[in-house]
Amino acid sequence: MNYSIIRYILGWIFNFQAFAMLFPGIVAIIYGENEVWDFILCIILCGIIGFVLTLKKPKNRVFFAREGFVAVALSWIILSITGALPFIISGCIPNFVDAVFETVSGFTTTGSSILSDVEILPYSVLFWRSFTHWLGGMGVLVFLLMILPMNGGYQMFLMKAESPGPSVSKLVPKIRTTAMILYGIYMAMTIVQIILLLIGDMPLFDALCTTFGSAGTGGFGIKNDSMGSYSPYIQVVTGVFMMLFGVNFNVYFLFLMKRPIQALKCEEARWYIGIIAASTVAITVFITNIYGSVGTALRHAFFQVSSIITTTGYATTDFDLWPEVPRVILVMLMFVGACAGSTGGGIKVSRLIILVKSVGKELKQIIHPKNVRKIQLDGKVVEHETVRSVNVFMVAYFLIFAFSVLLISIDNTDLVTNFTAVAATFNNIGPGLGMVGPTGNFGIFSDFSTLVLTIDMLAGRLEIFPLLILFMRDTWKKF
Amino acid sequence: MNIIIIGCGKVGATLVEQLSAENHNIVIIDIQESKLEAISSTYDVMTLAGNGASFNVQQEAGVRNADLLIAVTGSDELNLLCCVIAKKSGHCNTIARVRNSLYSKEISFIKRQLGISMIINPELTTAMEIAKILRFPSAIKIDTFAKGRAELLKFKLKPEFGLGNMTVQDISDRLKCNILVCGVERGDDVFIPNGNFVLRDNDSVSIMASPKDTAEFFRKIGVVSHRVKTALIIGGGKVGYYLAAQLLDMGIRVRIIELDRARCEQLSELLPKANVICGDGTDQSLLMEEGLPYAQSVISLTGFDEENLLLSLFAMKHSSAKVVAKVNHIAFNDIIGGLDIGSVIYPKYLTANKIIKYVRGAQNSMGSNVETLYKILNNQAEALEFSIRQESAITQTPLMDLNLKSDLLICCINRNGNIIIPRGQDYILPGDTVMVVTTQKGLRDINDILK
Repeated sequence: MNYSIIRYILGWIFNFQAFAMLFPGIVAIIYGENEVWDFILCIILCGIIGFVLTLKKPKNRVFFAREGFVAVALSWIILSITGALPFIISGCIPNFVDAVFETVSGFTTTGSSILSDVEILPYSVLFWRSFTHWLGGMGVLVFLLMILPMNGGYQMFLMKAESPGPSVSKLVPKIRTTAMILYGIYMAMTIVQIILLLIGDMPLFDALCTTFGSAGTGGFGIKNDSMGSYSPYIQVVTGVFMMLFGVNFNVYFLFLMKRPIQALKCEEARWYIGIIAASTVAITVFITNIYGSVGTALRHAFFQVSSIITTTGYATTDFDLWPEVPRVILVMLMFVGACAGSTGGGIKVSRLIILVKSVGKELKQIIHPKNVRKIQLDGKVVEHETVRSVNVFMVAYFLIFAFSVLLISIDNTDLVTNFTAVAATFNNIGPGLGMVGPTGNFGIFSDFSTLVLTIDMLAGRLEIFPLLILFMRDTWKKF
Repeated sequence: MNIIIIGCGKVGATLVEQLSAENHNIVIIDIQESKLEAISSTYDVMTLAGNGASFNVQQEAGVRNADLLIAVTGSDELNLLCCVIAKKSGHCNTIARVRNSLYSKEISFIKRQLGISMIINPELTTAMEIAKILRFPSAIKIDTFAKGRAELLKFKLKPEFGLGNMTVQDISDRLKCNILVCGVERGDDVFIPNGNFVLRDNDSVSIMASPKDTAEFFRKIGVVSHRVKTALIIGGGKVGYYLAAQLLDMGIRVRIIELDRARCEQLSELLPKANVICGDGTDQSLLMEEGLPYAQSVISLTGFDEENLLLSLFAMKHSSAKVVAKVNHIAFNDIIGGLDIGSVIYPKYLTANKIIKYVRGAQNSMGSNVETLYKILNNQAEALEFSIRQESAITQTPLMDLNLKSDLLICCINRNGNIIIPRGQDYILPGDTVMVVTTQKGLRDINDILK
C-alpha cells in the first residue's frame, strides 16, 4: 500500500472541493445571501488541508489496482464529509448524519432527501445540492485525471475504480484525452439542455439546477413537488435528456467520430431504449384512466420511466398512487439502471444482458451438455473473467441489499418503505415507494438507518468493491 | 569403502567427484553410456552401463562386497527398487533419492519397511535449508537431525537475553520450553553441560529442539524481531511448495508467484493459506504490486539460475528483505560469490553433502552401532546417532537413574519420527534412534554411554 500517493490524491480532492464550492459562493453573492460566509469558511478550510497534503509530491510512484480502489473510496468519503459542511454551518441541516446523507445523496447522484420542505432553503444551498449531482455524475477523479499532472499508466486504475459498468475502455490512447472527451460531451449536453429549458421559459436558476440534476442523473428537486409544477414542454425536455444522459457515452463519442452505424449498433443502448419504450407503453395502458387523455398519461409514463431507469428520481406526479402493475414495473426498473459508462446508477443494462445471456447459455448447455458457446456483446466475445465478475457483483449486490433491508427494518417501518428505500439509495435513484415515495422523504429514518442508507449510496455509486476493500485487512498491510 | 552409485545425473556426478577424492572405491551405474564415458575419463572410478535395478547388473558391480549403495536416478520408484534389491542381494547400507512429495510424508514407514538407511529428497532438503536461514538469520549455525525434525542450533548468548549467570536447569524451569542445552563454547573450551552448569553472557550456546520449539524458545528470550514474518517466493516448483508449506507452519505469511496457471491452482489446493499469484515473476511491475519492497524475505526459486540471480539483485536494490536465491548449476560460483545478493543455495551441493556426511559417519562408525556421526562444536565434540535394536541395560531405567559418563548428554530421542527432547523421567525403548552429544571419543555402542 503506497500511502504517500493516496495522501497526495486526497489532498487534490480537498482542493477540488474548495474549488467546487466557489460556485455556490458566487450564487450566494448574486442573491446577496449571508451563506456566502459559510461557503468562504468551507473553501478556506478545504483549501488549507488540500494545500498541506499536496505540498510534498510523493516520491514513491508505485500505484496499482489496490491503491486505485482505496484512493477512490476514500476520496468519495472525504467529498461527502467536506461537502456536508455548508449544510451544517449554515444551519440548513444541523444534524451531522443527515447533512452527510444529503451530501452523499448529491455526489452519488441519488437525489434522496431528508428535507421535507426544500423551498425554504437559500438559493446558494439549493445550488450546492444540485451542483454536487453534476460533479458526481461523471466522477470527481475522472475530472482530476483531466487536470492533475500525473504520469504513468496508473491513472487507469483510478478510472476503473470510479467508472460504472462491468468493463472500462478508453476512447483514445491517452487517458487524459479520454477524460477530456467525456467531460466535453457532458458539458455540451448540459449546455444544450439549459438552453432548451430557457426556451421553455424556465427561470435561469431553475434551469441550471434542473439540468445539473438530470445531467448527473441525480434528482434533487428545488420544488417540493419535484418537476410537477413545470410546463409539459419542460417535463418532456427533461425526460428526454435524462434518457440521453443514461446512454453509454461511448455511443456519443462514436457519433462524434462520424461512425454513426457503429454507434447505432450498440447492443446495450438498444436494449436500454427498448426497455424504456416497452415500460412506457405498458404503464400508459394502466394509467390512462387516471389522467383522462392518452397524451398526458404517455407523458407522465415516459417521464417516470426515464427518471427511474436512469436513476435520476425526478417526478412529475405521485407515482405511488398508481395501480400495482405500473408501480411494480417502476421498482423493477430501479434495479435495471442505466447503461454502463453513463452517469446513471443501478445494476446497469450491460450486466443484465450478460446475465440473461448466461442463463440462455446454461439452458442450452443442459440440452447439449458438450455445447461450446461464448457469450457475445456488440459482436465481441465477453471474456470469462468479465462474466465471472458480473456474477460476483450480483451476489455481493444482493447480499448487501438484503443486509441493508434487515438493518433499517429496526426502525419498524413497513416492508414496501424499507425495501424501496434501500433500492432507491443503493441504485442511486432517489424516491422509493410508500413513506419514501415522491411526496415523502428520508427524514423518517433514525440516524442509524440514515447511516446505513448513506453507505448504501456510496457502495452503489462506486459499485460495491472499492468500498468493501476498505474493510479488508490485507488492503492496509504492506505485504 | 566400496560404494555403488546408480544414476549419473547432477547429484550422481557431484557424489563421484567428492567421494572419489576421499579415496573410496566407486562403481557407477547408468543406463546411458555417453554419460559414463565422461565420468570415467575424469575420475578414477569403475563404470557400468545397465539398469541399476537389475540383480545381474548389481552382481556385476559387486554388490556382495559393497558397503553402500546410493540410488540417485531420475525415478523415485526405480531408486527404491534398486535399494530393495541391493538390500536383499547384499549386506550394504542403502541411500535412495525420493522426491515425490506424496512419498515424502510416508518416508519413515518406507525407510523402516524397506530397510533403507537414508532417503534423501533434494527439494525438501533445499527448502529446509532456506527455511532455516529465514527462521533465525541471527543463529550462527544450524544442523538438522532426523530429517529436520530436530535441530542443533548455535547462537551467541547476548546480555539482553537475560540468561547470563543462570544454570541450565533454571532456564528450562523458567522458560518452560522443550529445549535442551547440549553444548557450550566459551573461548576455546567446549562443555557438555549438566543441569547445574552456569551460562555466561557471550557464550556460544548450542541447543537441541524441534523447529517449533526453537521458535518458541527464541520468542521467549525476545529475539522475535529477527524472525522473518513475510515471504515472497518467486517460482512455485517443488522447492517452492515445500518451503511455503514449512513457512506457513511457522506462521509466516507466504506469497508465491508462479507463471503456470495449472500449477498455481494445484498450489492453491495444497496450500490454502498461501497467497498464490499467477504471473511472471520477472515482471517488475508485478513484483512491485505484490509488495516486494515490503517483504521481509524474497526467495527466488525459478528454474533459471540467471533469473534467480537477477531477481536477487533486484530485491536487494528495492527492499531490505532477507534475499535467498537458488542456483542449480554452479559453474560461476566465484562470480556469484562476488555479488551482493544475500544467500545463495545450491541444491545439488546440499544433496551431495548430506549423502557425504552420511558416508563419513558410516565410515567412522564402521563395526559399531553408530548410525551416523556428526562433528559439532568446532569439531571438538561428536553427535552420534544410535539405533536401539534390542532391550539392554539402558532401556529399563528412566534416564535420571542411568549412570552416564561425564561430558555426555542424551539430547534427543526419535521414536517413529516423533522427536522427544528427553527429561529425567523418560525411557529409551527398543526401536528408538537416540542422539548423544559428547566430547568423549570412540563410543561404539549405546551401552558405552554408561560408566
